[in-house]
Amino acid sequence: MEKRVLFRSSWLPWALIAPQLAIISVFFFWPAAQAVLQSFQQEDAFGMSTEWVGLANFVNLFGDPSYLDSFQRTALFSVLVAGIGIALALVLAIFADRIVRFAMLYKTLLIVPYAVAPVIAGVLWVFLLSPSIGVVTYYLGKLGYEWNSMMNDSQAMALIVMASVWKQISYNFLFFLAGLQSIPKALIEAASIDGAGPWRRFWNIQLPLLSPTTFFLLVINIVYAFFDTFGIIDAATQGGPGQSTSILVYKVYQDGFKALDLGGSAAQSVILMFIVIALTVVQFRYVEKKVQY
Amino acid sequence: MVDRNPWLTFLSHAVLVLGVCIVAFPLYLAFVASTHTSEAVVQSPMPLLPGAHLWENYQAALLGSGKLGSNTTALHMMWVSFVVAMIITLGKIAISLLSAFAIVYFRFPFKMLCFWAIFVTLMLPVEVRILPTYKVVADLGLLNSYAGLSLPLIASATATFLFRQFFLTVPDELVEAARIDGAGPMRFFKDILVPLSRTSIAALFVIQFIYGWNQYLWPLLMTTSEDMYPVVIGIKRMLAGGDANVDWNIVMATTIVAMLPPTLVVILMQKWFVKGLVDTEK
Repeated sequence: MEKRVLFRSSWLPWALIAPQLAIISVFFFWPAAQAVLQSFQQEDAFGMSTEWVGLANFVNLFGDPSYLDSFQRTALFSVLVAGIGIALALVLAIFADRIVRFAMLYKTLLIVPYAVAPVIAGVLWVFLLSPSIGVVTYYLGKLGYEWNSMMNDSQAMALIVMASVWKQISYNFLFFLAGLQSIPKALIEAASIDGAGPWRRFWNIQLPLLSPTTFFLLVINIVYAFFDTFGIIDAATQGGPGQSTSILVYKVYQDGFKALDLGGSAAQSVILMFIVIALTVVQFRYVEKKVQY
Repeated sequence: MVDRNPWLTFLSHAVLVLGVCIVAFPLYLAFVASTHTSEAVVQSPMPLLPGAHLWENYQAALLGSGKLGSNTTALHMMWVSFVVAMIITLGKIAISLLSAFAIVYFRFPFKMLCFWAIFVTLMLPVEVRILPTYKVVADLGLLNSYAGLSLPLIASATATFLFRQFFLTVPDELVEAARIDGAGPMRFFKDILVPLSRTSIAALFVIQFIYGWNQYLWPLLMTTSEDMYPVVIGIKRMLAGGDANVDWNIVMATTIVAMLPPTLVVILMQKWFVKGLVDTEK
């Protein structure tokens, strides 16, 4: 896309674009290139010398069961976060779209979690579900259900999934609501005249017409679960118990900053980069084509 | 609505009230905890109604009672968060307006290359390239500084794209009219384009402010001196002692205070916020 009318100047556009180019080269391209470079290198224990090791870092990673586990966990985690978050938000949006009274109030209250930092979301949920002082833990215990996310792997996973879904639900809700409101009223009315009830209208008209939104949210939620949940995990479980909630991003941090395995951490970064790029490509290809029936 | 089914309307309200209650419960409980003494909070179960210690807890949180084991106060950490969020927000909006203007309204060599170079940055969040970025910032001597906290987070192109999309919808006749009246490119930018972009700027402001305020991983790596901690980091630090040694009432008071600015921005600027979200992601 281009404008028909353009300004002419040989230096001005460069001056205008220079600040952005400068910042992205220093803080984006240079580090990204370093990550790729480092992923082919290995540093000795004292950081004295660096050795070119080819694909060894990658080979090590994929030979490392703990990395493969982390991959699996991340997949499970992101599917749960995206699936539950999208389903709940869809239900809320469908009902919110129906009503007029208090609509603004509900909407305002539902978007608050968007403003909450991931770490804080983690802190809030740990506070609810902490084994020793959590209120919800206490009442679960009364009901005969023992909750200890510090000992039990799947409960720890459930904890970070809940906190992550809670944080993301505002975003999903707003997009579904915007999507529902952009469906032409005439379609709904026509279906209604033909005798379709509310359930039928939802299932045969609204849901199919929401499919581009749903697909877009699916990609966004997966990216969110992959990257933006670092704070939640660091506050809620620190990757534990054991490694049971250490997803890929958390592992990059643990291996790079805690264990100081620069090569291995860089290789993990490069793999993550490929995953994001793949997700972005998928998003652009399919969102452009508009998934629809 | 097409048909008015009172039963369905009732169900809608019931579902939404339930949803709102579940969403609000963690926040409510945090508030309740911030109004009790620390002994009351750790007893099991803790009270579910607000207590009488609101004032002293918030005072202790904001001004630092020394119990936190740190030399900084929530007030100071809020200031750091605010400055960082503002630099990120205003910096991003400023450089993006300029570069989008260049990309849309000029023809210059390597334009497409520049465009794609900016476009690529959309794909990789900071989390993916933390180690090398850390190294670059350390080499530049920017650790523990506002520049180090904010510049790497400005390096992304969301805003540039939003402005580009918007500029493309601005009618060409405006440029022609401005030219006939003898306005140069910068005059056109300042007097016509920027005022027209007000809504987009407001929308971006909300989104970027929240993004900046809520940053965690990057400040966690970048800051080693306590007086450069943003408030989000400060809260996490208070929890380091384990359940028994944490003053949950103070932690929760700090949490509530830390959530206030972004929450207010979202609620008060709701209209632009929703528009901004929907537009940036198109």
